[in-house]
Amino acid sequence: MQSQLNKILEEAKAQLEKARTQAETDEIRVKILGKKGELTQILRGMGKLSPEERKETGQMANKVRSEVENMLNEKFEAVKKAAKEAQFKIEKIDVTEPGKSRTLGVKHPLTITMEEISKVFMNMGFSIVEGPEVETVFNNFDALNAGPNHPARDMTDTFYITEDVLLRTQTSPVQVRTLLKQDPPIKVISPGRCFRCDTPDATHSPMFHQIEGLVVDEGITMADLKGTLDSFAKQLFGPETKTKFRPHHFPFTEPSAEVDVSCFKCGGKGCRVCKGSGWIEILGCGMVHPNVLKVGGLDTEKYTGFAFGMGVERVAMLKYGVDDIRLFYENDMRFINQFK
Amino acid sequence: MLVPVEWINDYIDLKDISTDEFCDKMIMSGSNLETCEYFCQEMDKVVVGRIEKIDKHPDADKLVVCRLNVGDAEAAGIGEDGLLQIVTGAPNVYEGAYVPVALHKSHIPGPLHGQPKQEGGVKITKGKLRGVESFGMLCSAGEMGFDDKVVPIAHREGIWILDPEVYDGIEDAIGKDFAEVLALKQAVVDFEITPNRPDCLAMLGMAREAAATFDRKFAYPDTQIREASGAGKSSDYVSVEIKNTDACKRYVARIVTDVKVAQSPWWLQKRLMYAGMRPINNIVDITNFVMLEYGQPLHAFDIKEVHGGKIIVENAEPGEKFTTLDETERVLEGDMLMIKDAERSIAVAGVMGGLNSEIEDDTETIIIESANFSGDSVRTTAKKLGLRTEASSRFEKGIDPNLTEAAADRVCRLIEMIGAGKVCEGSVDNYPQPVSAKVLDVRVDRINYVLGIDLSREEMVKMLESLEIKVEGEGNIMTVTPPTVRQDLLEEEDYIEEIARMYGYDKLPVTLPKGNNEAGMPYERQIRDIAREALCGMGLNEIQTYSFVSPSGVDKIRIDEDSWERAFVRIINPLGEENSVMRTVLTPNMMEVLARNYSRNIDKVEAFEIGNTFMDNPINLDHLPDEDYALCIGMYGKGESFFTLKGVITELLTVLGIKEPVFVAESEYGVYHPGRCARILVEASPEMKAAGEEYEELGIMGEIHPDVAENYGMDGVRVYCCELMFGAILRKANTEIVYSPLPKFPSTSRDIALLVDEDMEVGRIEKLIREFGKPILESVELFDVYRGKQVEEGKKSVAFNLVYRDMEKTLTDDEVASVHSSVLTALKDKLNAVLREM
Repeated sequence: MQSQLNKILEEAKAQLEKARTQAETDEIRVKILGKKGELTQILRGMGKLSPEERKETGQMANKVRSEVENMLNEKFEAVKKAAKEAQFKIEKIDVTEPGKSRTLGVKHPLTITMEEISKVFMNMGFSIVEGPEVETVFNNFDALNAGPNHPARDMTDTFYITEDVLLRTQTSPVQVRTLLKQDPPIKVISPGRCFRCDTPDATHSPMFHQIEGLVVDEGITMADLKGTLDSFAKQLFGPETKTKFRPHHFPFTEPSAEVDVSCFKCGGKGCRVCKGSGWIEILGCGMVHPNVLKVGGLDTEKYTGFAFGMGVERVAMLKYGVDDIRLFYENDMRFINQFK
Repeated sequence: MLVPVEWINDYIDLKDISTDEFCDKMIMSGSNLETCEYFCQEMDKVVVGRIEKIDKHPDADKLVVCRLNVGDAEAAGIGEDGLLQIVTGAPNVYEGAYVPVALHKSHIPGPLHGQPKQEGGVKITKGKLRGVESFGMLCSAGEMGFDDKVVPIAHREGIWILDPEVYDGIEDAIGKDFAEVLALKQAVVDFEITPNRPDCLAMLGMAREAAATFDRKFAYPDTQIREASGAGKSSDYVSVEIKNTDACKRYVARIVTDVKVAQSPWWLQKRLMYAGMRPINNIVDITNFVMLEYGQPLHAFDIKEVHGGKIIVENAEPGEKFTTLDETERVLEGDMLMIKDAERSIAVAGVMGGLNSEIEDDTETIIIESANFSGDSVRTTAKKLGLRTEASSRFEKGIDPNLTEAAADRVCRLIEMIGAGKVCEGSVDNYPQPVSAKVLDVRVDRINYVLGIDLSREEMVKMLESLEIKVEGEGNIMTVTPPTVRQDLLEEEDYIEEIARMYGYDKLPVTLPKGNNEAGMPYERQIRDIAREALCGMGLNEIQTYSFVSPSGVDKIRIDEDSWERAFVRIINPLGEENSVMRTVLTPNMMEVLARNYSRNIDKVEAFEIGNTFMDNPINLDHLPDEDYALCIGMYGKGESFFTLKGVITELLTVLGIKEPVFVAESEYGVYHPGRCARILVEASPEMKAAGEEYEELGIMGEIHPDVAENYGMDGVRVYCCELMFGAILRKANTEIVYSPLPKFPSTSRDIALLVDEDMEVGRIEKLIREFGKPILESVELFDVYRGKQVEEGKKSVAFNLVYRDMEKTLTDDEVASVHSSVLTALKDKLNAVLREM
């Protein structure tokens, strides 16, 4: 009996050694531990033995069973693992194959630029206002203190619909509309399209975009103008950005200034983008001329304000290194797709 | 405005200030500059030489062999006779001529004759020309870096001949450095003069700015005539009558006798060349010099051509013919101001002189005209004649009438100084209404308030006085009197600007406005932004196209003759026909963009534009057209179909909160395939319903008509477009989201397949199912359309999935069966849709 048990154990060992799959292992389990299995048979035959033999054989049989069970468990683990590994091997993929595309569309680069600029000003409490592209001569010129002979009024500079109606040459008429509609405090920006009689070339477009801003309140100073635009430049181009305010002339502001920002490509050392100067002109601005405030019926002793404006194409061209303004209006998808 | 730094030094001593510092400080005090050019920087080993002998070139007709005396200059190739051999092709050389000689291994600014400008100049080395050795090059002014338009008439074609009459002391300069002898190395700053500062279009104006900027004194030029000519007074020769005193505010005339027309001395030529003008002869050069110096245009008449010794300033006879100095005959109009003599016109006032009174080589006595013509008059005349000159553009910008006398005196002084004539005593000055400066009270505290600074009165007074502004009064009030050339100083804010720029913009403090505002945005813009985000999210690219378009675009997309899309707002002065009207729809631009991409072999495009459209509306009080945004989608390429586009539109409308749009087949709209076009409708607002409208139209979509595609060069390409009107979208959009509780009770699903006529629209079936499925039908969805085996000809099988659910309880089979069978009955009775066995 005991030699039988030993034999079972030896055979189990040998067979399990050879087993390669879960099925083969299970076959061995059934053969030994199944209802009609070799060990089961022995255990069942124990009743025929004397109590002494039963005790001794019983102990041994139990030992053999637990040993076999352990071996089986180990084997099951091993073949399962092997099976998984084999599967992994078969299922291995080439991860360098391209992904299945789920493409997001792209906003036009001018939209992206306008949104970025607008966001900076909205964070500073500016509201967005809008006005029409076809404007009155009054809103575009007269109300903005442009003299009757101002060269910008020429038919060679401005597109006219009638004698009194034109395509706005700047988004500033929206300032006039705001002044006519709203009482101070006023803090607005107006993004939009503008038109000037320029034949298209790499740096000119008869249609372009501007963002203009207007702040009117009691006690607004030129120092506030500097602070606001300096903060804008740092938010748009990075905290290291410096600004330089140079005197200039615009009919609707006085004092007027042009604003340079330190070159965001070279940091002010001088490069191709800034033409070696370290500075890039980006804005026009100034203290709102009292004649403009008067259009809104404001007490110019009490209220002061500042206004500023910038060309969106120019900012976009500088930011993205675009060298031909016409690309914005060609809408070649290979161009647009680069602004993802 | 080209300003040679050397010229400014004639009036104010800035020699200790570097050009960079000069530029930087001038910019910050308000004189912005375009460029700063350094002349002749790259010039090296160019010396003054004298041509001693000229021989014919043995093998070339157009070349000559010169032997030059170059003095002590260290030059390679000096022969035994002590002379240097150089071959040249220039036609104007002669024995005894002094010329600039570029020696072997020299450097000149260039470019070489007939070649493009080279960065960094040109190196000159010895070489052989047609077999004859040449140890350098004789140079033209162009090769020395001067623009062709400033090269003196005298040596415009050929080598720069240094005539001792012109170049004082050149005989002693043989072998010396050419640039040093002529003092060629200097900087010229091109200032950008803004329209409010015409006074700065003059060297004196810039000197005044420089004096204020660097806080230095400046001296006015010498206008004192030294010797009486003995030929009487100016008034003995000429009288001046102004008949139109609106257009001519002042007329000063002076007489110069014994005129000797010749080349100007080099110092004078040089001033003009660096300031961008060509030296012509001494009289013309002096009037140009003084124009640049004072900003006052001047003119000289030959007195023998001024009949009757009379100058009369009055308007032209309408239709009068007159030939100007440029030898062009012009027809005059009655509002053009002319200078006339006793019999005829002799000049167009402030624009151009007449050919009939031109100075010639034999001219003996001249009248110097220094007059002030109104900007409006000159502008009108110049515009009508299509003739803009240096003089006319200066008058247009506005000139101080008080300049005329000093300018006339200065011209006479210079003529006297260089010995070009004898100046008669006195002038004839007709100045009906002398102009004085505008005196104004400005407040110290107001200036500080606007600038956010705290300057004292004394500090401000000092700044203003440095600009030659006289300040009186006391305390807070400064009573200011500007020089009359400063026609821009009219209001208090003009003085605020003067203080700001003199104080320095860079020194102003940096603060933020104190008030608090909340940022807002128009609702319309928010909706546009949502639409843009949604479309980009679905993979479409945004495009931007011109607001002005070609009127032929609507032809290309086959819009009907009398359609509203043709009611264009037209531009009077467009750049061209292709940009002459404001767009009424976006589709033509979209088609152009699609076609452009298609022609560039881009095989698939999904794009959209959100942009303004324009419609004339005569009712509008401000005479402006109606502007409304439109949204256009366009797509072509693999995988695109009517239904991919419809899917995009449906999702877009869902995002905008526009529920249950209705797509109605449209076969009449020329833009689209008649069998693949739909109008997009939504339920009308209550007000519109009251007016009898069941639906409101949002737009139209479809597959582009093959003829339209062909018009854009996309023959055979299936293109899908839609155009939505934003006005309607705005009225219907609803961005408010209200949550509905998640269902607690199970749903029951039923699939049905219906046999219907081929032309039965799925939309109708769906609508009926919804109607009869109420209130427990949760959803209905088409999942199959089948034609073919087991479906008879002319029919189709459409399969729907219906989901029933009660939010309050679990539905029983009987409850579902009852509603479902009423749905099936209705389908059969109303649409003849028969249930198929599944």
